[in-house]
Amino acid sequence: MTVPVYEVRDVTYRYHEVTALNGLNLTIMQGQRIALLGANGSGKSTLLSMLDGLCFPEKGSIAFQGEPLTESRLNGEVEYAFRRRVALVFQNPDVQLFNPTVFDEIAFGPLQLQWPGEEIRSRVNEMLEQMEIVHLKERSPHQLSTGEKKRVALASVLILDPEVLLLDEPTAALDPKSESQMIDFLVGCSGGRKTVVTATHDLDLIEDIADHCHVFQRGQVVASGTPSEILNDQQLLLSTNLIHAHRHAHGSGEMHSHPHRHGHGH
Amino acid sequence: MIRAGRKSRGAVERTLESFVDAMEHAFYSEQIAKEKGLLQKFDPRLKILAILPLIVIAALARRLSVIAALFVFALVVAMLSKVPLSTLAKRVWLGVLAFTGIISFPALFLTPGRVVFSLPLVGWIVTEQGLRAAAYLILRAETAATFSVLFVLCTPWNKVLKALRVLRVPLVLVVILGMTYRYIFLLLRNAHDMFTSRRSRMVGRLDGRQQRRAATASAGVLMSKTMQLSADVYMAMRSRGFQGEVYALDDFRTAWFDWAILGLFIMVAAAALWWGR
Repeated sequence: MTVPVYEVRDVTYRYHEVTALNGLNLTIMQGQRIALLGANGSGKSTLLSMLDGLCFPEKGSIAFQGEPLTESRLNGEVEYAFRRRVALVFQNPDVQLFNPTVFDEIAFGPLQLQWPGEEIRSRVNEMLEQMEIVHLKERSPHQLSTGEKKRVALASVLILDPEVLLLDEPTAALDPKSESQMIDFLVGCSGGRKTVVTATHDLDLIEDIADHCHVFQRGQVVASGTPSEILNDQQLLLSTNLIHAHRHAHGSGEMHSHPHRHGHGH
Repeated sequence: MIRAGRKSRGAVERTLESFVDAMEHAFYSEQIAKEKGLLQKFDPRLKILAILPLIVIAALARRLSVIAALFVFALVVAMLSKVPLSTLAKRVWLGVLAFTGIISFPALFLTPGRVVFSLPLVGWIVTEQGLRAAAYLILRAETAATFSVLFVLCTPWNKVLKALRVLRVPLVLVVILGMTYRYIFLLLRNAHDMFTSRRSRMVGRLDGRQQRRAATASAGVLMSKTMQLSADVYMAMRSRGFQGEVYALDDFRTAWFDWAILGLFIMVAAAALWWGR
C-alpha cells in the first residue's frame, strides 16, 4: 500500500504583506514524481521550503509520513533523521555551494550527520565519479560554470541517498546540453522508493520527469492531473501564465501571434 | 570582466578597475598554487610549522647577516617553488620597502653615531648607526613578508585555512574564513555588474557629489543583497543538517618528502639561531 509522504492541509504563509501560500491542500504519495507548475511568484519555492522544514505555515499543517512537521519537533535527533531522508536542491546554486571546494561541499552533509571520516571520503569519491565531476574535486565554486554548479549541488544532496528529493527549477539557466543531462538524471530517478518533487515553469520537461502535476496560481493549487492532461488544457496554461501569445511564424509563413508552447519536435 | 577605458577615469571606472584587478590577482595566486614546485608539494600543516619559526627568527635576530641569509634562503625557496621573483617584487618587496622606508627614514638622521655622509642643501647627517637601524627594520620586514607570502601563494586558500588548525585556530573561525573566501568572489562579481550597468547608462562623468551618492547607493544595495544571501545560505546549511556545530574533514596525507623538507627548514632555523646568538 502506498503511503502518503506529505500531507499539506490548508497551509497559509505570508512574506510580510505578500501571501505566498493561501489555504493550500496537497498530498504526495511515496514513490511519486510530482511537478509543481506555476509562473514566478506562484508559491512553488515557498512550498518546497516548507516540505524541507525550513519554514513553517502560519495556518494549517504539514505532516511528513504521518508525523507533524513543526518547528518545535524538528531539532536534535529528529532533525538529523529528517535531514537524512529529505533533500532540497535550491534554484540558485550559489546559495547551496557555500564551501571552499567541491570536495568539501559534497562532504558537508555527511559531516553534519557525523558519518565516520573514511566512509565520507569513500562516498564523496564515489559520488564524484557517478556525477562525472572528478575533475572538479579541488575547484572552488566561483570557478564552476552554472551547469557544473548544478551538478555539484545535486551531488551534495544525493550523497545522503535521500528518500525524498525536492528540486527547485533544476534546469533554470542551463545550456541545452546541461539541461538534457539534468533531464536524464531526473528521468533516472523514476521507479523505486524515491519521491521526487520538481518545481518548474518549463513545460517541456514535465512529460519526461513527472507522473503527476499540480498547477499553482496565487498560492493555491488550481488544477491537478497527468502531464498530458495539463498540457492539453490550453486555457488553463494561459490563465496561469505558463504559456503566452507571441509573434512567430510557422516555417516560411506569415508572422502572426497566438498562444502556444514550444514542444518537442516529434 | 570589463575594464574601463583609459581615457575615462571617474570613480565608477576606477572602482571597476579595482574589481577586475582583485579578481585577476586571486586567479593568478591560484595558478601559482597549482604549480609543481617545492612548497606546493609540501604538506600545508608541516609548511606552517616550517615557515613560522623562520619568520620569528627573522623578526628577532640580532645580526644583519643572519637576516640577510634567511632572505637569500627565501629567494632560493621561491625559485624552487616556481614563484617568479618579479611577482614577489611587485606584491611584497616594493610595498614593504615603501612602508618601512617611511617609518625608518627619520632614524637615518636622528640616530647618533659615526657620520657617513651629509645630505647636500639641507645638511642632514646620515649616521652609520642610523643606516644600520633602518637596514634591520627593512630587512626584517622584507624577509618575514616574503616567507608569509610564499606560504600563501604556494598553498590553495582552502588548505591554508585547514592547515591553521595545527596552530589550534578554532574550527569555527576556519569555516567562517572559508565561506568568506568563497563568497567574496560572488560579491565582487555582483558589485562589478552593478557598476558596469551604471557605466553603460552614463554619459559624461559624475561630479564629486554625484560620485559619492552613487558609491553610497551601491554600497547600500550590495549590503541588502548580502543580507539576503546570508539568510538563504543559512537555510541551505540547515537543509543539509547544520545545527550550529561545525565539522571539518582533513584530507592531508604526509609522506617522507614532507618530513625531509621539514627537517631541512628546521636545520636552517637552528643554524640561524646558533649563528645569531
